[in-house]
Amino acid sequence: MADPFVSALCERIKASAEARRTLRVRGGGTKDFYGNAPRGDDVLEMGAHSGIVAYEPKELVLTVRAGTPLEEVERALAAERQMLPFDPPHFAGSPSAATIGGVVASGLSGPRRPYAGAVRDFVLGTRIVNGRGEALAFGGRVIKNVAGYDVSRLMAGALGTLGVITEVSFKVLPRPASEVTLAFAVAQAAAIEKANHWAGKPLPLSAAAWEAGVLRVRLSGAPPAIAAARAKMGGEEDPGGGAYWEALRDQRLAFFSGGAPLWRLSVAQTTPPLLPEHAQLVDWGGGLRWLRGELDAAALRRAAQEAGGHATLFSAPDKRAGAFQPLAPAILKIHRRLKAAFDPAGILNPGRMYDF
Amino acid sequence: MSALPETAPHDAARSRAAEVAERLARALPPESVLLDREDLKPYECDGLSAYRATPLVAAIPADEAQVAAVLAVAREAKVPVVARGSGTGLSGGALPHPEGILLSLAKFNRIVEVDARARKARVQPGVTNLRISQHVAPLGLYYAPDPSSQIACSIGGNVAENSGGVHCLKYGLTVHNVMRVHAITIEGEAIDLGADALDAPGYDLLALVTGSEGLLAVTLEVTVKLLPKPELAQVVMASFPDVESAGEAVANVIGAGIIPAGLEMMDRLATRAVEDFVHAGYDLETEAILLCESDGTREEVAHETERMIEVMRASGATDIRCSASEAERLRFWSGRKAAFPAVGRISPDYYCIDGSIPRGALAAVLKRIEELSARYGLRCANVFHAGDGNLHPLILYDANMPGELEKTERFAADILELCIAVGGTITGEHGVGIEKINQMCVQFGAAELAQFHAIKAAFDPEGLLNPGKAIPLLARCAEYGAMRVKAGALPHPELPRF
Repeated sequence: MADPFVSALCERIKASAEARRTLRVRGGGTKDFYGNAPRGDDVLEMGAHSGIVAYEPKELVLTVRAGTPLEEVERALAAERQMLPFDPPHFAGSPSAATIGGVVASGLSGPRRPYAGAVRDFVLGTRIVNGRGEALAFGGRVIKNVAGYDVSRLMAGALGTLGVITEVSFKVLPRPASEVTLAFAVAQAAAIEKANHWAGKPLPLSAAAWEAGVLRVRLSGAPPAIAAARAKMGGEEDPGGGAYWEALRDQRLAFFSGGAPLWRLSVAQTTPPLLPEHAQLVDWGGGLRWLRGELDAAALRRAAQEAGGHATLFSAPDKRAGAFQPLAPAILKIHRRLKAAFDPAGILNPGRMYDF
Repeated sequence: MSALPETAPHDAARSRAAEVAERLARALPPESVLLDREDLKPYECDGLSAYRATPLVAAIPADEAQVAAVLAVAREAKVPVVARGSGTGLSGGALPHPEGILLSLAKFNRIVEVDARARKARVQPGVTNLRISQHVAPLGLYYAPDPSSQIACSIGGNVAENSGGVHCLKYGLTVHNVMRVHAITIEGEAIDLGADALDAPGYDLLALVTGSEGLLAVTLEVTVKLLPKPELAQVVMASFPDVESAGEAVANVIGAGIIPAGLEMMDRLATRAVEDFVHAGYDLETEAILLCESDGTREEVAHETERMIEVMRASGATDIRCSASEAERLRFWSGRKAAFPAVGRISPDYYCIDGSIPRGALAAVLKRIEELSARYGLRCANVFHAGDGNLHPLILYDANMPGELEKTERFAADILELCIAVGGTITGEHGVGIEKINQMCVQFGAAELAQFHAIKAAFDPEGLLNPGKAIPLLARCAEYGAMRVKAGALPHPELPRF
């Protein structure tokens, strides 16, 4: 009954823990740039642990091994007119090598996130191997489940530092019957204002982003609902809408090209324009502010914190400033203890998130 | 029920109580510390009244500094602390510890701030779930999770249990609708989990604390997400000749790409009980009733209800009605919302179960429950959050009949273990508390339970917050004798057997 890949993984992690050899966990490698530089005495390749374990469209539940390519999962869902609602980025390459394990470990969600939810919102269960080499199962394949602590959601965004994800169960949703993108020529402040105003109304929003004087808003749902919303909102239909959101999600827009450092500021959605002297792109209806350039890390982190959020040095040749916002001391203490609770030898992806 | 013994206060306990009370009285106004058995009576159980215990002392702090002071006393005296909101929980999560402090958060009842533009509200943990929605209704907003007890249950308790309600399938559980929790650890440190932004740096401690049943930290403030109130909601009520076809209809609705705002099922016994209670005009001759709600803009609702009705008809519904007004919609729902008290009227006692299963297993599970009902000679009414697979069988019994409660508990344990066997879980939304602690040994292996205890220790190294709940000790599992044979091996081979 035990999966041979998982059994071997347990043995390997146990041996590494005993020998204090650190491990760098790797799926498709499309997010190697994200977080602090990956390091480890050995690389733990997860790509071979691939395949859809179970998919019941009428249950809205999909179970998949961690090494399965994201594109394979999305194809299977598309065949049933369903989707991963959190819109995970694929990043580099076509076909992208991104795997489901990396999708969950990075915790990154795309433009649909403010209106549909984040990765963690759709994780129902995970199987992991912790730093002791124990195969553990948390959550399950049912939509409501409050037995035990919610370790599955904790894995989303933990960057593989608490355990190696081997399998994930997701709640999936039907694809919208139709989608339309509207464009509005407005300045950043007005765009943020509009996006928040509409989000407070019963309108079928599914994305809202602003760059270079244009606010784009996507509507998703039944055609009559979209038609009614359009009548209330005005704006022009953007025929390139669908492609725009994918390019934004995968950072293929011109804004993201070149080697200048890329900062991601996650702030309260209603925050007025921050640091307007710098070029920026706004996503998540005001909740994400992307900035480019050699910027003062401390100043950005202060600005983000004052706006109810945090700043991440998302991609940059030099991450000496630290990829992630420093944590408050009491929170950092819990982080260290949790890390020790899952990985007492400190061998899983050390330093990828913070200095542990 | 043998979980925690009812304590007759003997001398040692008395002097211990007096000592802890004296320390508390130095930190809190005198009327905020309760010591007399008479005063402690209201705290001896929560919504699961079959389990009772008298705490050593109860503290009712009024602000964060006073809570910190109570926790400091607990730490110094090494006595457990059990936090309590409204006490409506159904799994005994707020059952007092007989050697500990009962920490009531009843005075934390303020709505601190509403930000309509940002669609969020900051509220204290003692604010009731329904009060939030009522308070923000003039702004066209509401708080989505709506447990049936929403008139009384507190938001702090909702966070502790990760409460659901009838609208979870579309709008999510508490964990999907809370942005930030301000809490205090047993070590007296204030922590903020989550953020006003849509994510926070580091581990998702907000998700971890939500549903942690008061074992990790004490919640002092919650920032909830508010949603725009849908323009319109309409409910389709359909009758089915058997539960199998009703279950099939549920699968077909979702298979057609529809996510209803609510999708509930009641069986014949439940329907009859609620009809006598609320007179909603339910079909009494049918085996199963489905309530399927659509909400959104007028256009969306018109389009969606039409499709729902088509699917119901194609799935074998014998009677279909669609609410024609808001009053009628509320009437259709009234029975479902009142199912527990209604069943309480037809039986001296009832025991509510909270298993979750894959929807596809519904018919088989209900059939098996029927067989168990015959075997134990106890009636069982079924209400079901059909859309998200959360079953609430209600076992009818009479606690005054010798042996009937024990029989009920065995029946309940059988149903929960059946839920696990079909790939489900022992609790969808009510929590483990003290009630389902034994079934945790069946659902999880020793390694998972050890990991849970390690998580607990990361927040609460001395194990003072709500000890003995939610996560069983391995020794207890061995005692329960859940000999779950897994790949030819016993589940806890490291433990001695008897």
